[in-house]
Amino acid sequence: MDSPFGLLAELTYRCPLACAYCSNPLNMADYTDELTTDEWRRVLAEARDLGVLQCHLSGGEPLLRRDLVEIVATAYDLGLYTNLVTSALGLSRQKAEQLRAAGLDHVQVSIQADEPAVSDRIAGTPSFHRKIEAMGVVKELGWPLTVNVVLHRQNIDRVAAVLELAEEVGADRLELANTQYYGWAWRNRDALLPSRAQLEAAEVVVRAARERLRDRMDVIYVIPDYYSRFPKPCMGGWAARQLTVTPNGDVLPCPAAQSLPLPRASVRADPLARIWAEAPVMTAFRGTDWMPDPCRSCDRRELDFGGCRCQAFQLTGDAARTDPVCHLSPDHALVAEAVRAANAETRPTDLLLVPRPHRA
Amino acid sequence: MDPLTTATTARSRVAVTGSDRPRLARHVRLSFCRTRQRHILQLPETVVVLHGSGAHILELCDGRRTVAEIVAELGTRYQQVPDDEVRRFLTRLVARRCVELPQSAENADG
Repeated sequence: MDSPFGLLAELTYRCPLACAYCSNPLNMADYTDELTTDEWRRVLAEARDLGVLQCHLSGGEPLLRRDLVEIVATAYDLGLYTNLVTSALGLSRQKAEQLRAAGLDHVQVSIQADEPAVSDRIAGTPSFHRKIEAMGVVKELGWPLTVNVVLHRQNIDRVAAVLELAEEVGADRLELANTQYYGWAWRNRDALLPSRAQLEAAEVVVRAARERLRDRMDVIYVIPDYYSRFPKPCMGGWAARQLTVTPNGDVLPCPAAQSLPLPRASVRADPLARIWAEAPVMTAFRGTDWMPDPCRSCDRRELDFGGCRCQAFQLTGDAARTDPVCHLSPDHALVAEAVRAANAETRPTDLLLVPRPHRA
Repeated sequence: MDPLTTATTARSRVAVTGSDRPRLARHVRLSFCRTRQRHILQLPETVVVLHGSGAHILELCDGRRTVAEIVAELGTRYQQVPDDEVRRFLTRLVARRCVELPQSAENADG
């Protein structure tokens, strides 16, 4: 067992946006009893001692935590590299200056499309102009800026303009992340899953842009796994490199894992080191011993780790099965059928999106 | 679910030369991890664990010293400092955007 490198600190699931592709849990009411400032201080210190070097402050919208500046300052003092993952709503100049002074290292701002009306529609709230303004503040204060855009059926055709926008705002990195189908995104899968023609067109644009921008902007493209032959190497292996702490103190290998039928582990009950080493939620799928065939005898088992446990559970009801995305999975028809439907000529590109609620 | 990268970026293959004046990229922090007892580089989405003399090389990458000067300075600490290995190490880190070669130090002398 190695030490984790990264902590995803989900400070709150409250959010001013209502994105239909949100992968956060559906049962938001379970997460309203949020950790206090002192509890987060302890969690960060325990994480550092465990070997964590990076702290992603996320949510929900982390800026809704009134103690965000104190949490950043604690992480900075512990030597953690801090990354704020934000919608940028609430990132006023004053707040940004406070965060800068507290030692925040990096800011990632989401935007939903290149065009105000489309972006606001997908976000479920007027937000485009405030995001652009906040990106300007991020650059002005000297932070490296990552722009994150979740791609799906309703915005992937605009990827060229999205790249232009990222260039205009001076992004150092652009993450083009194809939607992953957890939480609300799972509910909205029919409306979000792009067609093969859409993906192929987008990939041509992305490849050309990478070539053109390679000295100025890092373009990361998170593959649409439904269209892959092999599954993604989810989290670099279950409980291998990363851990997540949810707003109420639950500890998970990744945020989607709250959906799995595993016993809870909480920082309110146990030290992080013991949870990492021993809790069933961490050990259940660590390594390769848990694997069924075809993974068990597959040459790729140390490359993709059998794919995503949460996706296997979501699609088959059994988290220990091979990720159905894999063409070798006995359950692959489940994915193939969704892909077939997404490519039916009768499927429109603007199906109604069901917005995620803002709060519990 | 995986918020991290799956596909990474194609990168220009700029080979570092003796006259370059490398420096750590602005968004990169060099520090020491007590748990692992290793020097590390911290970046927005990843961590690079350094082995051997890597940290000593990077500590000298201040944007003022040339690679040749860095190699010479390392020579006072280590018995053998193969300059091609230092250049290869830095070239890899330039490709990963951990190290920058400021414009003033173009690869003029190849």
